[in-house]
This record gives sequence, C-alpha cells and structure tokens, in this order.
Amino acid sequence: MGLKLQQSQHQHQQQHHSVAVKVNEQTGTKRGYTFIQANRAWLPKFLLLWVMVMAFLSTWIYKKMDADIKVRRKEVLSSMCDERARMLQDQFSVSVNHVHALAILISTFHYYKNPSAIDQETFAEYTARTAFERPLLSGVAYAERVVHSERGQFERQHGWTIKTMQREPSPVRDEYAPVILSQETVSYIESLDMMSGEEDRENILRARATGKAVLTSPFRLLGSHHLGVVLTFPVYKSKLPTRPTVEERIEATAGYLGGAFDVESLVENLLGQLAGKQAILVNVYDITNSSDYLIMYGHQNQDGDLALLYESKLDFGDPFRKHTMICRYQQKAPTPWTALTTAFLFFVICLLVGYILYGAAIHIVKVEDDFHEMQELKVRAEAADVAKSQFLATVSHEIRTPMNGILGMLALLLDTDLSSTQRDYAQTAQVCGKALIALINEVLDRAKIEAGKLEMETVPFDLRSILDDVLSLFSEKSRNKGVELAVFVSDKVPEMVMGDPGRFRQIITNLVGNSVKFTERGHIFVKVHLAENTKPVVDAKVETCLNGGSDGGVPISDAHQFKTLSGYEAADERNSWDSFKHLVSYEESRYDASINMTVPGETSQSVTLMVSVEDTGIGIPLIAQDRVFMPFMQADSSTSRNYGGTGIGLSITKCLVELMGGHISFVSRPQVGSTFTFTADFGRCKKASFNDTKKSNTEDLPSSFRGLKAIVVDRKPVRAAVTRYHLKRLGILPEVSGSVMISASACGKNGSSCGSKIQPDIILVEKDLWLSGEDGGLSSRMLDWKQNGHTFKLPKMILLATNITNVELEKAKAAGFVDTVIMKPMRASMVAACLQQVLGIGNKKQVGKDAQNGSLRSLLCGKKILVVDDNMVNRRVAAGALKKFGAAVECAESGKVALKLLQIPHSFDACFMDIQMPEMDGFEATRQIRMMESQANEQMNGGGIDKGFARNGEWHVPILAMTADVIHATYDECLKCGMDGYVSKPFEEENLYQAVTKFFKV
Amino acid sequence: MDVVNQLQRQFLDYSASLHREGFLDDQFTQLQKLQDENSPDFVVEVASLFFEDCEKLINNMARALEQQGVDFKQVDASVHQLKGSSSSIGAMRVKNVCIAFRSFCEAQNREGCLRCLQQVTHEYSLLKNKLQTLFRLEQQILAAGGSVPAIE
Repeated sequence: MGLKLQQSQHQHQQQHHSVAVKVNEQTGTKRGYTFIQANRAWLPKFLLLWVMVMAFLSTWIYKKMDADIKVRRKEVLSSMCDERARMLQDQFSVSVNHVHALAILISTFHYYKNPSAIDQETFAEYTARTAFERPLLSGVAYAERVVHSERGQFERQHGWTIKTMQREPSPVRDEYAPVILSQETVSYIESLDMMSGEEDRENILRARATGKAVLTSPFRLLGSHHLGVVLTFPVYKSKLPTRPTVEERIEATAGYLGGAFDVESLVENLLGQLAGKQAILVNVYDITNSSDYLIMYGHQNQDGDLALLYESKLDFGDPFRKHTMICRYQQKAPTPWTALTTAFLFFVICLLVGYILYGAAIHIVKVEDDFHEMQELKVRAEAADVAKSQFLATVSHEIRTPMNGILGMLALLLDTDLSSTQRDYAQTAQVCGKALIALINEVLDRAKIEAGKLEMETVPFDLRSILDDVLSLFSEKSRNKGVELAVFVSDKVPEMVMGDPGRFRQIITNLVGNSVKFTERGHIFVKVHLAENTKPVVDAKVETCLNGGSDGGVPISDAHQFKTLSGYEAADERNSWDSFKHLVSYEESRYDASINMTVPGETSQSVTLMVSVEDTGIGIPLIAQDRVFMPFMQADSSTSRNYGGTGIGLSITKCLVELMGGHISFVSRPQVGSTFTFTADFGRCKKASFNDTKKSNTEDLPSSFRGLKAIVVDRKPVRAAVTRYHLKRLGILPEVSGSVMISASACGKNGSSCGSKIQPDIILVEKDLWLSGEDGGLSSRMLDWKQNGHTFKLPKMILLATNITNVELEKAKAAGFVDTVIMKPMRASMVAACLQQVLGIGNKKQVGKDAQNGSLRSLLCGKKILVVDDNMVNRRVAAGALKKFGAAVECAESGKVALKLLQIPHSFDACFMDIQMPEMDGFEATRQIRMMESQANEQMNGGGIDKGFARNGEWHVPILAMTADVIHATYDECLKCGMDGYVSKPFEEENLYQAVTKFFKV
Repeated sequence: MDVVNQLQRQFLDYSASLHREGFLDDQFTQLQKLQDENSPDFVVEVASLFFEDCEKLINNMARALEQQGVDFKQVDASVHQLKGSSSSIGAMRVKNVCIAFRSFCEAQNREGCLRCLQQVTHEYSLLKNKLQTLFRLEQQILAAGGSVPAIE
C-alpha cells in the first residue's frame, strides 16, 4: 500500500513536471515578436524623428516654391524690362534714321544745288510736316560750319550776328556753328552758335570726326526743362572718299544737324503704351562715365522693391555713349502665401499621418501585449485544467481508500453490540459513506468520460428486468410521495439485447431518480420502444387530429383529466394516450405477426431503442433548459438547497447515451413536468447465446400463469396498458375494460351461460375506480356469488394501488371485494408473487438461501479450482469455502507457483487470484498466464497439436480476482490485465455466486 | 443430557460474548458454517494456521522494528499479511489494530508501530486464549456426545 502510494506520488510528480515543461514549451514558442513589438521603446523617438524630417521637408518645399516664385518674378521683370528697352531703342533708332535722312536732305538740297533749294521757310515747313516721323525729337535744327574768316561774310549774308547760347554776340573763335535752319518748335535757337555750349561743341566735334550720330549726356533741355539729350549729325559738303580719314571728314564738314530728344516724355509715352506700367519702375541711365551714372529718366528717390533689379542694355547708335535701363518692381514681393500654406498643410498632414502611424503602432503593441498575456493565461488555464483533472482523479482515488476503511469500520461497528441509537447513528454514517463513494465514482466516471477512457461492455442482458430493478429501487420513495411509478416496454423490443447493462441501469436510475426527486404528485412513466416505431406513431397522431380525435372505446368521466398515466398533464404530449394507443395497437399487430414470422427488422444486427422518462414534477425553468446537461449545473441554486444533488448526473447520463450511440433530449414545462427521451443502440442477441445467458442474468419469471385470463378494470388507458404489459410478461391474457360493471356483467353472463365468452381467472381493479363507489352492485353480486357457491370458479379480485391505508385495506377485505392488493409500482416478479399467493399455484420457486446455495453447489461441484494467495489463512479459508460447494481445490502460495501449475495443458476450471502478493502480484501473474494461453492458442490454431486438450477450442481459464477493495477502479484494472471478474474477500456467497455463474453452466 | 445442554449453552454464551466483545465477527461464523462432516476440524485447523502465521509475523515485525534503520516496508508487508489472515478468520480486534498499525507504518512512526505491535501481541494472545477455551468447550460437547450448536 505504501509502495503504491509512493508510486502514485511519483507519477504525480512526473506528470506535474511534464505539465510544467509543456507550459514552458508553449510560452517559449509563442515568443515570436513582430518588428513593432521588438522596437517598442523606439516608437516615440521614431515619431520625433518623423516630425523633424517632415518639418525639414516642408521648409524645403517652402523654400523651393519661394525660389520658383522669385525666379518667375525675375523672369517677368527681365522680359518686361527688355521689352521696354527694345521698344525704346527701336523708336530711338527710327528717329535717328530720320535725322540722318534730314541730314542727307540738307546736304543734297542746300549744298549740291546752287543756289540752295532750301531756306528757313521750306525747312520749317518740311520738318513740321514730317514731325510725326520723329515723335521723340522735340525739334531739329541745322547749324552751318562757319570759320572765323568767313564770319563777316556770313553775318552779312544772313543779316544777323552769331550769338552764343546766352544770346550774346559771339566772341571771336576759330569756328562757329550758328543755327540757320530750324523747326518751328525750336525756332528760338536760330542764330545761336552751337559751338558755344560745352556739350554741343563736344558733340559737334565728335560727330564730324566720326560721321555718325552722336548723343550728349543728359541735361535739362532749354524749352521744357525736361531731361533730354541732343543728337548731332554731321552734314558733309562734298562726297567723301570710301574710307575717309578724320581730317578729310573735318575738311568736308558743311554743318551739323541736331535734334533734342526729350527722353523723359519719350519714355513716359512709351511706358504709357505698355500694360503693367504701374507694376514696374523704370530708370534710364547714361553710364558713359561708369563711376557716375547720369539719370536720363526716373525718380531718384528709391522706393519700390530694391531687392530685385534688372538691367537692360540700350544702344542708341552712339558707340561713345552707353545707356542702360534698370527696372524694378514698384511693390515689394508679396508674401508667398501659396508656398507657405502648401508647406504648412504638408507639414500638418505629415504630422497627422505620423501620429496615426504612431497610434497604430502603439495599438498594435498593446494588442500584442494583450494577446501574449491572454496566451499565457490560456496556457495557465489549460495547465490548471489538467491539474484539476489530475487532482480530481488523485483526490477521489485517495479519498476512496480511507472511505473503504470508514465503511469497513462502520460495518464492523454495526456488527458489535450497539444500542439502538448508536446503531441508528452508525447506519446513517454508513449510508452517507456509501452515498459519498457513489458520488466519487460519479466524479471519476465523469472524468473518465471526459478523457474518453470509458468503455462500454457488450453483454446480453434483459432490459425489462433491469427496468423492474430500477423501479423497485424507487418504489419506496414514490409510494411515500403518492407518485405513480410505471414502466412500459413495447413487445417489439427484444427480450435480450447486447449492451452495457450497468451503464443502461445508470442512465435509467439517473433519470428516474431525478424525476422522483422533483415530482410530488402525479406519475413517473418509463416507456421503451423501438425508435423506428415512432414514425408511424406520428403519422397516426396526425390522423387522429384530422379525425377530431374521437375515441368512443374509453369513456372519460372527468373531462379535466389528461389522458396520461395519472391524469395529470405531462410536458410531452407524445406520451398521452392519443399517440400511445396507436403505438400499442400498432405493436400488437406487429407482435402477432412476429410470432409466426420474423419481422424483417430482426435480421439486422442492431436495434435502436427509444426510452422516455416522463414525470409530472416541477419541470425545468425555461432559462435553465439549455444548461441542463452541463455538469454541476442545476436549475438554480435553490434547487440544490431544496432537493439536494450535485447536478452531475444528467451530464454523465448524456455522455453515456452518446457512448451508446444515441442522443438525449427533453421537453419540459415548468409546473407541468418534464419528459426526457433518449435513444440508444443495442446489439441483437443471437438465439443460441441468449438461452445460456438468460438463466444466469435474470430471475426467471414463473411460467405457471401461462394461459390464464384476466380482466383489467381501468379507465385510464395508459395505466391499463402498463398493467396489461406486466400481465402479458407473465403469459396471462389480459383484457381491458372501462368499468367494473361491464366486466361484472361479463362474468355474470359467464355465470349463467357458462362459456360463450372468456371466463376470467383474475380481475384487476384500480383503487380509484373502486373508491369511486361504483362497486356497490358488483361487490354485492360478488358476495352473492360467493355465498351461493357457484359452480364455476370465481375470478380472483385484485386491487391495484399506489398507496393504500390500512383502513381502506381492511374495508376492502371486509367487503370481501379483494383477495389481495398489489402495490405499485408493478413489477412482473412481484405480480407473480402476489398471484402465486392468491391463486395458490406454482410455488415452485422457493426463494431463499438454500436454493442459491444449491445452485452454487451445482455450479461448483466437481470443478477443479486453483486458489492463489500468499496468505496461508486466507488460502485455507477460501479453499474451505470452495470445497464446501463441492469443488476440488488446489492452492498456490504465489503467482509463480500458480504459473507453474497453469502450464498448458492443465485441468483447472477456474482460478481465484489474490491481487497483492509479494514477488509477483495477481495482475502480473494473470498477464503472464494470458500470454501463455495466447501462445498456446496460436500454436494450436497454426500447427494443431492435440485438440483434445482444448475445451471450447481455446485455452482460457477464468481468473477471478480476490480483493478487499470494493471500488470499481480495481475492477477495471482487473479486467485490463485479463481477469474475468472479481470476488470480494472474505467470500460472500452471493457475490461468489454472481461471479461464478458467468463461467460455469449448470 | 443436562451436561450436554449446559455445555451447549455455555458454548453459545461464550461465543456470543466473543462476538459482543468484538473478538470475532461474522466471518468466524461463516467459517463455522463451512465446517461439516467432510472437514470436521476445519475451524481448528484454520485457527491453528492463523496462530502459527501470527506468531511468525509478530516475530518478524518485532525483529524488524528492533533494528536500527527500520524497514517499514517490510513491517507493512507483515501487517498486511496479518490483516488479511485476521479478516479471513474473523479476528476483528486483531484486524482493527492492524489497520491502525498500517497507518503508523505509512507514517513511518516507529513509536506508534511499537505500541501497535504490543497491542497486536496482546490481542493475539487474548484471542488465542479465548479461542482455545472455545475449542475446548466444543470438544467437551463432542466428548459428551452432543453436537456443537449452530450459532444464531
């Protein structure tokens, strides 16, 4: 025992260890972090970096756009400036050309013609008429070259003296250049010596030296006081050689043509013609002297945008003079709003995008964290679940060991001399202990089912007797409560089926137990029929509905009553008479048919049964209906307070049903009742095998009632059907009658006419019918018959009752109405016993120890049995017990000796084996024996030695374990290692008998 | 016949007292039932086997417990044997002591074991005496020509 404990502890530790390892593995593999998860600490830095990069980028965009704008501005400026400069230049050169043309005109008509074709008048008119050709010139004038020597002659010729610019008579000079011809606009300069003005003189000298138009630097013009320049063109007397020298030019010079350009108005005019004149400011400079720019046009005060200037070259045709035009915008460059907003919006958008990404990353990190946490929790929960299962298994196993001690001690205690109070206490304790063991077994069952370790037996068993057994378990309780408990098995259900009787019983016990617990009135009705029969029932039901559901056969006195077993309403209408009668009648016809020929269904290997357990209890609240089959769930907490129980039963039931290849369902209405229905697959029994097993497994029903006739008086058709079912099982031919009177009259008729109709041997009357007072006539007639001593045999009157008070019983007996009372729930065996008592026939079956003893003796007599136990005393006692029943016993004190003795061939019929033995325990010994046997069987099948040795064709000696353990875990282990069963130690006859009957045929 | 009757009554009383005081239980009655013409000395035979066994086991245990490092497993095995034998024969008090004994073995409690050993020895010798008396009564009945009455 200690060893075992240690072992289990060790195992436990190992399992623990393995669980821990598993947990580690799982957490280890789940550590696959993503990139984001790995760099979680960097996320804010990433965000900062992003913002900085985006700020930089947007600044860059701003700058780029700004630069673009500036470049465009500059381009616009330059193109405008150039355009202005070009126009100015063009107009200027047009004017210059015209002056040139005038010069040629003068030289042609004034000097080549003699006398001159031009005088002042002609010139003035001509120039005035051609003034539109020279819009830039305020006027033109011609001055003749006059040397000092020719002055007197010249003055005389013209009648006036040469004057200086200051309009004073000119002092003596080498040369003079008085104006002789002038346009009317500048007639005021006639006779003025052009050479007297510094500027003009220089101009004249330069012009005659180059032969080209020359310009003065800008100065205030005489007439308008505008800034202007004077253009001077030389006029030559004679034709010049092709390449004239400067001296030749000076020599040939006859005079000079000059014109004043009013640059200011000129440019003003020009700009006025152009669009956008307000946009830019234009300045024109003479830059001949590069250190001192002389302004020709424009305001000297520098307003406008000084930052951006554009310079355009101007070429007025005078190579000596250089001019330039400088433009600038009148307004400063406007703030670049577009660039600014674009950049800003870009920044904002990027900022938002960055923040969204950051948020998403943070969220991902959080979710992943949660996920990892959940995963860890899940692993832990799973581990906890495994641990829970292990704990449950271990604990319940460990509890059972001391529980056995407690139960054993209590049994011993009960055997001692106890006062009645003490005995009561001890008995209570024992009952509680047994209940606890049962609960532990249930929990273990549940755990086993969860682990899929539960296996179903397949042995032939009698369904009906199991149902009877279960009913008898609850008969006491139901009777006390006044609840009617009944079972009905359709005739179509085979007598013997293959399956797991224990588990089937467990299911039925669970369901009926539940029903009994929750039912205070009405009935509990267990019904079994073939699953394939339900279909015609449904059809039939529809039919009855169509027909209006009228059935005249059974009169109903109380309209309020429902057509169920007890008259109370049931949750599932399928069990009410309307459908039930169809089932019954349908089965009857089938049954009759099946007597003569095999029904096609019977040839199939399996049969599906539908079992329903109907009660009229408190029902299941609607909200709780969907968790009925969940373990440890009851309708509500008050249920367990009021009714007790753990709520594990139904979940086990469901598992068991599913293991049996069926399914369970229920219909429940609160305060009306519940009906649980399940299907289960069973194998059909082969006829041959069932004859053998039938006797061993079931108590035989006496056959002495075969052929008897009975009348069942009952108005409730369902109940009548149940009674009929039980009578039929006994071979009695029942008939149902609605009232006592009818049946009585039937009897009466029989009495008088002796025999056209069936003569009943028994009349069964329901108690409520008898109490309803309808019996008056009958009972008196009965008495009458009795007194008169009729020739025919009187039928026996039997009262059927769920519960009956003594007073009622006395009354009934006194009235001479009943011969006996059968207490419900009805069971075939009990009915048989009652009938035996009443009819006084067939007392063949003496129930008692002797019979069993005898049968045990008959079973064991002459058999050779090996008892294996290391304990001498035990061995001797076991041997003694077995010898008593006539067996030849041989003993072995260890597993090894037993192995030797069981070497094939041997002549043992059975072996009783102790489990706990030193060296080789019972399990191991059994395993080895089985191995030996299978080897021998193989050899025999293969080579076929002497077949004479092998009985049944194969070696298989039945091995029964002897154990003091009463729990079925040990039993499972026994079966696992190849044992056939077990007996408790020390031997109990009944137990021994049950174990042994499986193997020995009488 | 008086003598036989008296002896028979004495026998019944005595065995009843044995049951009452818890020395024996139903199993012993079962054993007595097993005894018939085929095996007239069955109970005595079994009992003597039991006594032999007991003595041997008690000696074993005593020896094991005396040693320095007590092999509790060995002691436990002996106790288990003894428990099996005693429950087979229906020696209830011995068996009960054995149950306590085993728990001490499991706890490796040497003191408790020694105490139990003492108790077992005590119970065993008591039982031996009682049974021997019972058997003597039985023989006296037989010698007087009576039959041993069935118990209960």
